Amino acid sequence: MENFKLADLCISQAAKVWVDDGEILATGIGLIPRLAAYLSKMAFNEALMVTDGETYLIDEPFPLGVDRTLKVEGYMSYSRVFENLWGGARHAMVTPTQIDMYAQMNISCIGDYEMPKVQLLGSRGFPGNSISHKNSVFIPVHSKKSFVEGEVHMVSSLGYKEDNLYAPEIGKVITNLGVFDFNGDNHAFRLLSVHPGVEVQAIEESTGFAVDTSQFTETELPSPQEIEIIEYLDPKGMRHNIFGG
Amino acid sequence: MNKVHTLDQFIAQLEDGMTIGIGGWGARRKPMDLVRAICRSPLKDLTIVSYGGPDVGLLCSEGKIKELVFGFVSLDLIPLEAHFRQARQNGNLKNITELDEGMLQWGLRAAAMRLPFLPTKIGFGTDILKHNSHIKTITSPYSDKQELVAMPAIPLDAALIHVNKADKKGNTQIFGPDPFFDDLFARAATNTFVSSEKIVDTDQLGGEQMAIFNRFERNFVTGVIECPGGAHPTSCAPDYGFDLEHLKNYSAQVENYAEYKKDFIDVNPSAYHEAVGGLQKILSISLPRF
Repeated sequence: MENFKLADLCISQAAKVWVDDGEILATGIGLIPRLAAYLSKMAFNEALMVTDGETYLIDEPFPLGVDRTLKVEGYMSYSRVFENLWGGARHAMVTPTQIDMYAQMNISCIGDYEMPKVQLLGSRGFPGNSISHKNSVFIPVHSKKSFVEGEVHMVSSLGYKEDNLYAPEIGKVITNLGVFDFNGDNHAFRLLSVHPGVEVQAIEESTGFAVDTSQFTETELPSPQEIEIIEYLDPKGMRHNIFGG
Repeated sequence: MNKVHTLDQFIAQLEDGMTIGIGGWGARRKPMDLVRAICRSPLKDLTIVSYGGPDVGLLCSEGKIKELVFGFVSLDLIPLEAHFRQARQNGNLKNITELDEGMLQWGLRAAAMRLPFLPTKIGFGTDILKHNSHIKTITSPYSDKQELVAMPAIPLDAALIHVNKADKKGNTQIFGPDPFFDDLFARAATNTFVSSEKIVDTDQLGGEQMAIFNRFERNFVTGVIECPGGAHPTSCAPDYGFDLEHLKNYSAQVENYAEYKKDFIDVNPSAYHEAVGGLQKILSISLPRF
């Protein structure tokens, strides 16, 4: 097995989802997606707009978890986020608690809706995001708990169901095992690349629905330049804790 | 004109069964002194509309909520709100209207514009429509014939908002970089009650340079209540950040809420300040960095 760090591999792959997006808002929700959006702006697509994680658009991504100086270029209050995303000029990367074979996602609750086994956040902006702009997905622990059999318990974001009036745009799905999309036949979940050292069988056993494994490669390792930028953005190595140390 | 209210005068204007909107966002700039006053009052059967944080959590644990209209409930750095979770998981909060954050905004905006609904694509293909059968769809009357969601107005009997500065007439200023949707809460409400870090004379509001921070007009404001530190344990940028230690303790006390209630709810604001280490301590909490 080659010498690489899983977090760096995932960030590198995640950063590539925004390469061809042009001048849009790149929102990475959670540490790995946020580092990926920052890396993407610095290494692949300087036209991307990214925020400080709160209210401002920043000209230069900054290292997380240490003292910082903001280089503000614009304003992105919540109201402005909605106004911008409803026009479609955004590509987010999100981490749902559940995702299903239709690419429907759930961050609302697990179990019975009236009296859930686990109450989560509520659907937040997922319904509006999924009908307005492209969304990619990062899931740190690829298992049947997140890639569920049947349908997600509460459909927070629109998926590829046949009777839907509108279709979503799902980008890549990046997990600790591989890189996927929903562009197989009839939007089937499809393996694009498997991370070094991961068996395809492990992916199939960890997914609650069929995975198209007809054509895939091995995931490309991050380049030295990418690793240098990732180290700059996360000097404390917080990214490694996401995968359980 | 003098709209200055005491907390008691504020509570006296609310009634059982009212629909009350609460400004702020998650653990940010919530009118917590006003919420705690509701917790101490006999008010009941409230419909609460909120981008929820500990405001919703407290009212859940107090059993004040008949119905919750929400896009999320979260404490930001603590993603899940323990009190809200407990109420949901124990079956004590079955009557909910879960919305997309934008739909909630649209509902408030429709009410603010005195419209029955505003159209949107949002909701299609999700269980938001399945669980909210009162939300209807319409067909565009134009040649596109597009099918749309008719997001119904969410008129509020009262809106509660916390601001940095106000005068007696109800002119208010929010200095935090994000005013959230407080303007819409105020515009959607019959009566808006604003707690403010301080109440000053109108000529102390800072004139034309500061007027941009006045996010909604005073005609929407029924009462202003001086509540220094009144957003604690949520943040009130740029004056103070959220009290993470307090929020952790609040979350941990979900099982023995009576204890938390005794220490932090069933006390007046000055005793509350003392219980959390003093007003100066609140005002010195640094802002979070996300």
